[in-house]
Amino acid sequence: MTERDKKKHLFDNPRNVSLLLRSFYFICAFLFILDFILHRHVTLSWENIPGFYALFGFVACVALVLIAKQMRKILMRKEDYYDVDD
Amino acid sequence: MWMTELPPFVPFFIAALLAMVTRGNLRNLILLATPVLGGLHLWFDVSPGIITTTSIMEFELQLMRTDRLSLLFGYLFHIASFIAVVFALQVRDTTQYVSSMLYAGSALGAVFAGDLITLFIFWELLAISSVFLIWARRSERAIRAGMRYLAIQVSSGLLLLAGALLHYNETGSLVFDYIGLEGLDGFENLGGLLIFLAFGIKCAFPFLHNWLTDAYPEATSTGTVFLSAFTTKVAVYALARGFPGTEILIYIGAVMTCFPIFFAVIENDLRRVLAYSMINQIGFMVCGIGVGTALALNGAVAHAFNDVLFKGLLFMSMGAVLFRTGTTNGSDLGGLYRSMPKTATLCIVGACSISAFPLFSGFVSKSMVMAAMIEEGYDFLWLMLLFASAGVFHHAGIKIPYFAFFAHDSGIRTEEAPLNMLVAMSIAAVLCIFIGIQPEILYALLPWEAEYIPYDTTHVLSQLQLLFFSALAFVWLNKQGLYPPELHSVNIDIEWLYRKLLPATAIGVYSTSREIGRHLKYSTKASLKGVVNAMRSTRTAQLHLATSWPTGSMVFWIAVILGLFLVANVIH
Repeated sequence: MTERDKKKHLFDNPRNVSLLLRSFYFICAFLFILDFILHRHVTLSWENIPGFYALFGFVACVALVLIAKQMRKILMRKEDYYDVDD
Repeated sequence: MWMTELPPFVPFFIAALLAMVTRGNLRNLILLATPVLGGLHLWFDVSPGIITTTSIMEFELQLMRTDRLSLLFGYLFHIASFIAVVFALQVRDTTQYVSSMLYAGSALGAVFAGDLITLFIFWELLAISSVFLIWARRSERAIRAGMRYLAIQVSSGLLLLAGALLHYNETGSLVFDYIGLEGLDGFENLGGLLIFLAFGIKCAFPFLHNWLTDAYPEATSTGTVFLSAFTTKVAVYALARGFPGTEILIYIGAVMTCFPIFFAVIENDLRRVLAYSMINQIGFMVCGIGVGTALALNGAVAHAFNDVLFKGLLFMSMGAVLFRTGTTNGSDLGGLYRSMPKTATLCIVGACSISAFPLFSGFVSKSMVMAAMIEEGYDFLWLMLLFASAGVFHHAGIKIPYFAFFAHDSGIRTEEAPLNMLVAMSIAAVLCIFIGIQPEILYALLPWEAEYIPYDTTHVLSQLQLLFFSALAFVWLNKQGLYPPELHSVNIDIEWLYRKLLPATAIGVYSTSREIGRHLKYSTKASLKGVVNAMRSTRTAQLHLATSWPTGSMVFWIAVILGLFLVANVIH
């Protein structure tokens, strides 16, 4: 191990990670509140739902991951699946 | 410089020849100069409306026809090949250099082709030249994947040829302009349908898509960068010219944006994740072409332009990881930001661009397609595209940088990517940000007349909310331990049909028919024996003609008879 490898890196310090996460949560909250402050011109009816895009983004991604996880049960095979004959 | 009518593929084909006989710095200079000089020539000297024809065997080929659409793709392919060449400069493999120049040249030949036969020629050259970038990996897997890739790509070309000939029969013209799918009910446009399918294969339509996710991750670390730039974008160009406003494309495109993201979430090989995400991005373009309004078509080609840059950037960052660590499996990587901080940063720029963050290139083009969808009243499909937009951030925007450069520390300590790779990635990254900040410059090049302003409060806010809350979902799922871990695995896709079912069926049919054949042989033999024995026991069997004769004696007697005839004829 050289000197450089032992160096502490940015995210080796848990405080940096939690700082990053906290600022991230703050931005999320801020963006959500902006929905009620800024005037938006809407074209579609469902855009009138408060925080539509925020909720949609969150729900869509949770659904995406949970469905994909279930798909693994059907689709996942060993890495050499195509290399060996049954 | 050189004459205006010189088709843009010619310098690339000459460079391919020169790359064969030169080495070292001279070769590097030739490879770098070709796209630069060709691109400058195209930019300054070539205007829309040029037609160059040549006749081969009394057949007129339009080797070059320029308009704003073909020129836009022409500029793009010059930029893309320059970036890819810079990225590949440390490679010492003549095969790869020659084939990548031929490949880039073929892509240029295809977008400037004025008739369907010229298009067909370059369509097939694209397939044949690019497969060497996969084979250059020189592993058993890569060779097999290359064979499958070649078979599918060449079939696409054959469909195109058959379609072109039928189209000629039906319309009397081979000019490559609007083809459309009208008149299918009465089989009056079968040619159009075949051409549509040929484009669809190269464009990775659902069920025809698997060659892409199969072959691209098997190519060399630098080869995939070339591959990602040309084949599918030529297909997008061809669709935009031949089938704008074909409504079924909107539905095909919407499916293309949605289904690959599920595969991308559970895929382990990060270059394969990018391949799936490529289908997702092409889906947006296909939707735009299907909507067919000026805004939608501009959005589709602008997104193709941006996709080459940011997808190229992402493939380059993963190429650099592959080059340094020998793997792009998410399960084996992690924590690489410690050793490759510059690559990590550049990768994040690519991730922001593909996720369409405001101030990055994806934002200014994808939103055009989305806006056009709403204008034309495709509300439900728009919702599918919105889902896909959230999903693309999830799997390409977060998953790629996170599992490669952050996540848990894999313990891999390596070096930063070589200088030329960093330069290539930086050029792409600068372009991604530049187009994101100054979209007017790209908009001014777009072929159709349409006004669009990407940066307004509503749009920026809604996009930021969508993306940040998608990221929040990722953080939450990870903290809850619900996020599927990266595992050594393959996921079966449509390729299962021809990689498992078809061979298994073929082997099954072969062994069953061999069994049946054996049974038939024995049973027929037995019953024939019975007949022969029955014959033997009759009185006629005693006569001379009824006994079995050797074949030789039969031949002998026939020869005698023929000889007698000959003699008789001569005497006569």
